[in-house]
Amino acid sequence: MEIFFQQIINGLVQGSVYALVALGYTMVYGILGLINFAHGEVVMIGAMVALAALQALLAAAIAPVLAVLLSLMAAVAVCMALGYGIERIAYRPLRNAPRLAPLITAIGVSIVLQNLAMMIWGREYHSFTLPFTNDSHHLGGAVMNDVQIVIVIVALLIMAGLMWLVHHTRTGRAMRAVAENPAAATLMGVDINRVISVTFMLGSALAAIAGFMVSANYGIVHYYMGFMLGLKAFTAAVLGGIGNLRGAMVGGVLLGLIESLGAGYIGDLTGGFLGSHYQDVFAFFVLIAVLVFRPSGLLGEKLAERA
Amino acid sequence: MKINLNSKLFNAPIAIALLALPFIIDALFGHGWVRIADFALLYIMLALGLNIVVGYAGLLDLGYIAFFAVGAYTYALLGSPQFGLHWPMYVVLPLGALIACGFGVLLGAPTLKLRGDYLAIVTLGFGEIIRIFLNNLNAPVNITNGPQGISAIDPLQVGGFSFGGSHEWMGLRVDDVHLHYYLFLGFTLLVIFISRRLEDSRIGRAWVAIREDEVAASAMGINTRNIKLLAFAMGATFGGISGGLFAGFQGFVSPESFSLMESIMVLCMVVLGGMGNVGGVVLGGVLLVALPELFRHAAGPVQQALLGKVVVDPESLRMLMFGLALILVMLWRPAGLWPSTQRRREFNADDSVLQQEQETVYDASK
Repeated sequence: MEIFFQQIINGLVQGSVYALVALGYTMVYGILGLINFAHGEVVMIGAMVALAALQALLAAAIAPVLAVLLSLMAAVAVCMALGYGIERIAYRPLRNAPRLAPLITAIGVSIVLQNLAMMIWGREYHSFTLPFTNDSHHLGGAVMNDVQIVIVIVALLIMAGLMWLVHHTRTGRAMRAVAENPAAATLMGVDINRVISVTFMLGSALAAIAGFMVSANYGIVHYYMGFMLGLKAFTAAVLGGIGNLRGAMVGGVLLGLIESLGAGYIGDLTGGFLGSHYQDVFAFFVLIAVLVFRPSGLLGEKLAERA
Repeated sequence: MKINLNSKLFNAPIAIALLALPFIIDALFGHGWVRIADFALLYIMLALGLNIVVGYAGLLDLGYIAFFAVGAYTYALLGSPQFGLHWPMYVVLPLGALIACGFGVLLGAPTLKLRGDYLAIVTLGFGEIIRIFLNNLNAPVNITNGPQGISAIDPLQVGGFSFGGSHEWMGLRVDDVHLHYYLFLGFTLLVIFISRRLEDSRIGRAWVAIREDEVAASAMGINTRNIKLLAFAMGATFGGISGGLFAGFQGFVSPESFSLMESIMVLCMVVLGGMGNVGGVVLGGVLLVALPELFRHAAGPVQQALLGKVVVDPESLRMLMFGLALILVMLWRPAGLWPSTQRRREFNADDSVLQQEQETVYDASK
C-alpha cells in the first residue's frame, strides 16, 4: 500500500508538469489546428535559461528566494519571446499552406533549438539544485518533499488562472472566438494575428514554468530533456481531447498517474516478465486504447473532420 | 500520365549513369561515399514506402520506422548467431516483408477511424512501442539482445554469391559497397516501378480520393476500410524489405537505429521532396542523406580555414544547418521541392488558371 501511495504522489507531480506542457499544445492546436512540435524544446530552453540565470544571480549574492523568482521570470520572458518568434518565423507564413508543411518547419525549429542548446550548454547533464533545504514529509508511509508540494500547488494555481483568463477576460473571449471560427472572429473585429501570438506566448510561459518545475524536481537539466517530455505532454493532450483545456489538464494528470502506477506494478502484474523500463510503453498503450474506443479523446467533443 | 517503359524508366543515358555512379563516386570522393550512396538507396526505398501512406492516401504516419525495424530484426534474428539460424536471404527477406506487412495491418486496423493528428500520434506511439520492446526483450528471455543489438549478421547472399565480399570479373575489382549498390538499385527501381504503376491504377486513384475527401470517396463506392488497410500494408512491406537489406548490409542492428528521429527523417524526405510525386521523394531522399554528410565533412575544415580553429562542434553544427534548411525550404516551397503536377496546379492556381476553370464550368452549364 505504501508503494501505491508513493506512486500516486509521483504520478501527481509528474502529471502536473505534463498538464502544464499539454496546455501549450492544446491551446495552439485549438486555434491553429497545428501540432507545435517545437513546444518540448521550449520547455528545455526554459529550464536551461532558468539554470543559467539562477547560477548567475546566486553568484552575485542575491537573496535565494529572490534569485529563484527572478530566474523563473527570466525563463518565462525568454520563452515568451521564443514562442512569439517561432510563430512569426515558422508558422505564420505557412498558415494557408498544406497541413504537413508547418509540421516540417516545426520539426526544423525543434532540431535548431536542440542543437543551439547543445552548442551553448554542451552535451553534459547539469545539476539543478535550489538554494533551499528540501525537506521530506511522510504521509502514511509515502514521502513527498517540499519541491513536489510546491509543484502541485503552483500547477493548480496556474491552471485556475488560465481558466479564468480564457473564460472571463476579453483576450480569452477572443481566443475562444478564433478557435471556434477564425473567419467569423475576424468579422467581429478580432485581430487574429494578435490572438495567435498571445496564445503562443501564453503556452510558452507555461512551458517555461514546467521546465523549471521538472528540473527542480529531478535536479537535472539536459539539452535533450524536452523531446520525450514534449512527446508525453502531447500524448496527454490527445488523451484528454486535443483542443480542450480541461482535457489537457485531466489528460496530463491521468498520464502521470498511469505511468507511475504502471511502472510500479507492471513487474508484479506480469510475474517479473516485464519491468519498470516498460513505463513508456504503458503510456502509449493506454493512449492507443483510449483513441480506439474514444477517437476524440476523453473529454473531446465530437469533432467534425479535421484532416 | 502513361508510363512509357522505353523513355521514362529505362532511359539509356540514365541507366548508364546509374550503373557507373558507384565507380564515379569512388574515384571522386572515395569509398565512404559509395557506402553513403547505398544508404541513400535504402532511405529512398523507405521514403517511397511512406509516400504511399502519407503522399497517396494522406494518412500521416509518424512511426513508419517501426516497419523498417521489423524487417531488419527479422533478418537479424533468422540470419545470425543469435539463435544459430542462418536462413538464406531469399527466404528471410520476403518473410521480413510479410511480417512487416502484418504489422502494418495490425497498426492500420484499430486506427481506421482516426483522422489527421490523432492518427499521427497513435502511429508515433506504435513506433515507440516497437522500439522499446526491441530495447528490452533481452530479459528474462533473451530475444533481441537488448540495447547491445545483434551483430555478426549474415551478409546478403544468393546461392554461393555473397554481396559482402569483393569479386573480380575480367580484371575489374568490384567491392562489397559497389555490389550492394547494384542490389539496392535493383530493389529501388522495382519499388519506383511499383509506385508509379500504383499511382495511376484503380487503387492509387482510390487512395487519392480518400486523401482528398474520405466521405465523398466512400460515397463513390470505394471500400475505404480495405483501401486504407492496403495503403498501410503496402507501405509497411516496402519498409520491411528495406529493413532486411539494411540488416544484411550493416551486419549489425540495434534499437538505436529505429528512433522517432528516423521516422521524422523519412517523413521529411517525403514532404520536402514533394509528397505524392515519386521523383520528388527520390530527390528528397538523396538530398537528406547527402547534405548532412556533406556538412559533416565540411563543417570542421571550413571552420579551421576561416577561423583558424574548430569553434563549434561539427556534429551539432550539421544538425543546426539541417534544421534551418528544413525551415527555409518549407517557407520557400510549401508543397515541396518537386511537387506532383496535381499539387503544383493547386498551389499555383493564379488568375489565368482560375479564369480558365471558371470558363469551362460555364461552358458545361450552357
